[in-house]
Amino acid sequence: MNTAFTTKTKTLPTMLLLAVTTLFAATGCAAAAEPATPTASASAADSITIEDAWVKAADDGMSAAFGTLENTGDTDITVVSAESPASTMIELHETVENDSGDMVMQAKKGGFVIPAGASLELAPGGNHIMLMGLTAPLVAGDDATFTLTLSDGSSYDFTAPAKDYTGANETYEGDMDMDMESDSAN
Amino acid sequence: MRNDQHPADRRVSRRHLLLGGAAAGLGAAASVGVAAAVTQTGGQSPAAAVDLNGSRTVPFFGVHQAGIETVPQAQVTYLALDLHDSVDAAAVKRMMRILTGDAAQLTQGESALADSEPELALVPARLTVTFGFGPGLVARTAQPAPGWLRPLPAFTVDRLEDAWSGGDLLIQIAADDQLTVAHATRMLLKDTRSFASLRWTQTGFRRAPGSEKPGTTMRNLFGQVDGTVNLMPGSADFEKLVWGSSSPAWLAGGTSLVLRRITMDLDKWDKLDRGGRESAVGRTLAVGAPLTGTKESDEPDFAATTAIGFPVIPEYSHIRRARSEDPGERIFRRGYNYDEPPAGGSVSNSGLLFVSFQADVDAQFVPIQKRLDALDLLNEWITPIGSAVFAIPPGCTSSGYIGDTLI
Repeated sequence: MNTAFTTKTKTLPTMLLLAVTTLFAATGCAAAAEPATPTASASAADSITIEDAWVKAADDGMSAAFGTLENTGDTDITVVSAESPASTMIELHETVENDSGDMVMQAKKGGFVIPAGASLELAPGGNHIMLMGLTAPLVAGDDATFTLTLSDGSSYDFTAPAKDYTGANETYEGDMDMDMESDSAN
Repeated sequence: MRNDQHPADRRVSRRHLLLGGAAAGLGAAASVGVAAAVTQTGGQSPAAAVDLNGSRTVPFFGVHQAGIETVPQAQVTYLALDLHDSVDAAAVKRMMRILTGDAAQLTQGESALADSEPELALVPARLTVTFGFGPGLVARTAQPAPGWLRPLPAFTVDRLEDAWSGGDLLIQIAADDQLTVAHATRMLLKDTRSFASLRWTQTGFRRAPGSEKPGTTMRNLFGQVDGTVNLMPGSADFEKLVWGSSSPAWLAGGTSLVLRRITMDLDKWDKLDRGGRESAVGRTLAVGAPLTGTKESDEPDFAATTAIGFPVIPEYSHIRRARSEDPGERIFRRGYNYDEPPAGGSVSNSGLLFVSFQADVDAQFVPIQKRLDALDLLNEWITPIGSAVFAIPPGCTSSGYIGDTLI
């Protein structure tokens, strides 16, 4: 895991905190294997981490952020949205096969679900955090900060370094039909 | 915290699982295979069961950079890069952050960020990545350079070629496995594309791991035991004579590297008989003992004479000429052999990547080389064709980057 340049913070609105605590009490949701000790600080943000976060360096237009989201908790976590000062608009994208057999990317309905105790890889050619309008050039070695909003209202911040990357060119040419035809060699 | 991680940790095993799924569909499915995987963490690591040399790791973070005190690995690639004109101190910093992050991961058997061939990263084989700064890089910063950070003085034996000399940034990539070195080289060079261009590449080798007893002194392609008298990592002498660089302040914990590409004329060497070969160096070929001794570790007796009054170890021999009366004039050698495809009807293109580390190039390396330049019978068969000097900055912590004391 790249711990060198990734900083992460978690926030949780007080009101939501109460709601979550109540929910825990009401449903008694706990994994059978683990002793459940829900505390006042229990929120989705406490159970989510990202490893190897990076964002593709780009001069303007679009880019994408990647990494491995991990859920260390015992309930599923849904990432419902992402924000970053680096981009005016951000979407959570998935890559799927369309009716004609082409791989296309599209907004992920409902967001990214990270199952309890599992991870979700965000990678070129797959799920990714799509930066639709860069506010400034993202040059290699720069950091971009992101805030993920989770379904319980808590949020998770992380920093990702920009890297030059020549693969997955399909995504970032300003081509709004999001054709996933890749020109990378395979 | 990364230093404490076992190479076959949770993350690596997760990679194994993720990649296992992707590898099955390499081709059409490659664009989606990896990303589609949602995998349980905490899987078992198939590599952990056997003590493979390929699983061994050398800590990246520390007071000093790795790859100097590290027992020399079997394979090395040296890269020298020239910074683009537009690269300023801020850009150097960005470059070093990216390089540090990927070097730290690769050396621990973890794929680099955006690794295009992540499977190749899973065999670290004692990979180390060591960075050095040439005068051109330090000049981009506001910091002073050490006085010795410049080309070596011209020696009469030199026949230097630009193709093997100089450079703004040095990357030493070494491991016990050439495939590991090749992948790390590729990933790190991709990181530098926005900042620098490749000036030269030099590769070298020693015996493969397990071929001989650990600690055996290397032999060069003349068949000589090469590197007998050397500073010992961990010793007080090593601390002082290698890590003793304290000026300028950013170099504390660092050192210097001298790389000399020395071509060895094997065809001419063929014409020399065994006695001549031994007297040229002053050591036996069989075990590397001084001609006055029986074991490699024996101290040479330069006063001993033959029955007719000549020194047993000739005045012109390499070990006599390299030896200084001043104990401060010592260096730490960590060289490699090279053996490249011959050209022009020759059958060999071989030599030595002479690599030495010392706190002060001018005070330690230069006096030795001046003596060898003036007289060393070995000069009949060897010629320096490349030369470069780099400042080796100190190591860094997991929250820093190599060069963070400079920029």
